[in-house]
Amino acid sequence: MQKKDIGLATLVVSVGAIVAMVNPRFLSPINLANTANLIGLFGLFSIAEAFVIVTAGIELSIGSVIALLGVIFVDLIASFNVPWPMALAVVMVLSIFIGLLHGWLITRLKLQPFVVTLCGLLIYRGVARFYTKDGTAGFTFGSDFPMLEFLVSGRTAGVPHSVVAFGLVAIVAWFLLHRTVFGRHLFAVGKNVEAARYSGIDTDRVIIQAYVLCAFLTGISAVFFAMYTRSVQPSSHGNFYELYGIAAAVLGGFSLRGGEGSIVGVVLGVILLQILQNLVNLLGIPSSLNFAVMGSVILAGVIADTQFSRYREVRRQQMAMAALQDSEQR
Amino acid sequence: MPEARGKQISLELSGITKVYPGAIALNKVSLDISGGEVVGLIGENGAGKSTLMKILGGAIQPDEGRILIDGEVVSALTPSRAAGLGIAFVHQELNPFSNLDVTANVLLGREIRKGILGFVDRVAMERKVQPILDLLGTRFGPKDPVSDLSLADQQLLEIARALSINVRLLILDEPTSSLTISETRRLLEVIAKLRTDGVAVLFITHRLTEIVEVADRVVALRDGRNAGELDRGQICKDRMVRMMIGRDVGKFYEKADHVPGRPVLRVKGLRTRAYPHQAVELCLHSGEISCLAGLVGAGRTELARAIFGIDPVEGGEIEMDDKVLRGNSVPEAIAAGICLVPEDRKAEGLFLDFAILENIAMPSHAALSRRGFVDVGAETRLADDSRTKLRIKASSLDRAVAELSGGNQQKVVLAKWLAMNPKLIILDEPTRGIDVGAKAEVYHLMQQLAGQGVALLVISSDMEEVIGISDRVAVMCRGRISGILNRAELTEESILRLAVE
Repeated sequence: MQKKDIGLATLVVSVGAIVAMVNPRFLSPINLANTANLIGLFGLFSIAEAFVIVTAGIELSIGSVIALLGVIFVDLIASFNVPWPMALAVVMVLSIFIGLLHGWLITRLKLQPFVVTLCGLLIYRGVARFYTKDGTAGFTFGSDFPMLEFLVSGRTAGVPHSVVAFGLVAIVAWFLLHRTVFGRHLFAVGKNVEAARYSGIDTDRVIIQAYVLCAFLTGISAVFFAMYTRSVQPSSHGNFYELYGIAAAVLGGFSLRGGEGSIVGVVLGVILLQILQNLVNLLGIPSSLNFAVMGSVILAGVIADTQFSRYREVRRQQMAMAALQDSEQR
Repeated sequence: MPEARGKQISLELSGITKVYPGAIALNKVSLDISGGEVVGLIGENGAGKSTLMKILGGAIQPDEGRILIDGEVVSALTPSRAAGLGIAFVHQELNPFSNLDVTANVLLGREIRKGILGFVDRVAMERKVQPILDLLGTRFGPKDPVSDLSLADQQLLEIARALSINVRLLILDEPTSSLTISETRRLLEVIAKLRTDGVAVLFITHRLTEIVEVADRVVALRDGRNAGELDRGQICKDRMVRMMIGRDVGKFYEKADHVPGRPVLRVKGLRTRAYPHQAVELCLHSGEISCLAGLVGAGRTELARAIFGIDPVEGGEIEMDDKVLRGNSVPEAIAAGICLVPEDRKAEGLFLDFAILENIAMPSHAALSRRGFVDVGAETRLADDSRTKLRIKASSLDRAVAELSGGNQQKVVLAKWLAMNPKLIILDEPTRGIDVGAKAEVYHLMQQLAGQGVALLVISSDMEEVIGISDRVAVMCRGRISGILNRAELTEESILRLAVE
């Protein structure tokens, strides 16, 4: 674990402890399971966002993709009686296509990631609303998909399966980002794309892969969310989720300039954000302040981080000076 | 100069100490300079020259020591205070605002305004800038956009900026490293003229010939301490080198006689984007050091980039070991055994914030990996090996490359390519901005590689270097190869004639 991660972990534990002390219901099994479920759901696309941010990119269409793919997934099953594994396959293929499209626009047409994915945010949301004629896509009353429901929203030994999926994805993502050649290339491209090219890295390919990976994970996330809400209201489903993912990644030590960050960090970032949401509910803070609390904590975290590193710099400087004077007196 | 000058400066630094974590940049350094004097400041990279300059420019504060300007102690020197005292600073690194034109760059932050609304008075600004450009003899005018200027012209622009304040002390940090011979000559004349005007000039350079030509006094730094001073009459290259490195370097350019082997690279009718109508023919042999000489802008870097696959080509063929490359693919070029040490080390050669280990291993990640997983052990061995072989001075392989001196940074770039066992190494200005000691090591390494049968193509604007190291020189002029000279035919004159014809 990096220093930043340890700091964040301490913050997560202390915020959790404070909430638990003020309101012991925080630790009740029901509350823990619910919070964990939300952590799993929000964690999936936060990791997706992290893979793009590390390349100095950004993905703003996550929320809209979750709405569009959610609508399609539910509608395929409910209206067209497509078997759910088929529907899942269609959604995953579509998500990969979206990732390829974004990557292609960014690398081949040299468009800025912010612009490409901002347009994506608008387009996919609009298409989703048009698709259902602004209605809600939901399962018909009484329909039952025991296998799918068990896999996506079931529990094993009390652990929600969204958490299991998040855990598996996080482990694979950790290896991918921190232990594979692909991961090194992601960092390299994010830090200095010119030097990466001069080192023989196929930078366009790496960037496209990052967007495909991001979209793929977003697709998985879309299915989980669709099954969590059971019905998808395309004008509001997944709103602001991309910002949530960016917040988790930034809190977890990812720099929007690229080339920095860790999976442990983004996982802790997701956990912290969910605990904060929970805190708002449990401590009786008006839920309208929800975003304000989240924003304040992120701001405080980022300020603390820069201040700490400045302080460390000054300390190192003083120690070096002292060592010099010491050696001269002798 | 257009403005009336104040009285001549007298500046005295004493006991200046600056400590960075892990390194003492300056240890009780003294330096004095007064108006009408040109002082050369020399020292290896990492000797503390740049730190001393930053202190003079007010960019950083010393931890200890005293700064005396015009007989008064200046305690907190800030950049604006320094400028107010008439200290102007030309940085080694150029960072002009390429979105603005020449006038706006020269007078940035000191724009002339008119009227109650304070609109910028372009006419007055251009009138002020023109005489400065005349003095420097630039090829560009006050209205030219900076994005069109060559590296050398940008350098002159920086100098013009420095001269546009009421300058009493001009500090030049490696001003000639990207200039051609005639531009360098021009700059040295400007320095001489400023001296007669009573300006003090502090001149940092690795090109000792320039010091011999223009300096009244030379001050050497070594490992953050004063390493001696020479007056006009005593200045000679050997003594300067001895002061800088504390010993004799022996023969600076060692030239082994290589027997050129089989042809490695054949470039046939290659047309680059910069010069789409000029076809270049070039053949490089194993075990041979070839130089690509010519003026800045002759298309040498563009040729190198095309061979390495960075830029697409307009036409022609690149053949490596009798195999034609598809072109425009760096991975393909590397697989064929071509490596490029780029001109702009910091932007193209290195990941400054990344560890030395990471930088050295970057192109080798895939080769050293196991089923896509990074093999940290193998990479550490590789980096450790390179550190010993190339004598990279660093306390740990985990240190960020940004903390290293220029010479050591260049060694890291070399290390990352040597790990690939290349058949052809293209080095674009490999010794620019690195110190004498590191230079000698780089030359030695090049000779060694040639001895092992590697083909080397060196792009260099340093005549002495070109003549000192190469077996063969191809001279480029406006995008084409204007002539090829053998070792026996190499003189400054013969190269220059082909370069400007």
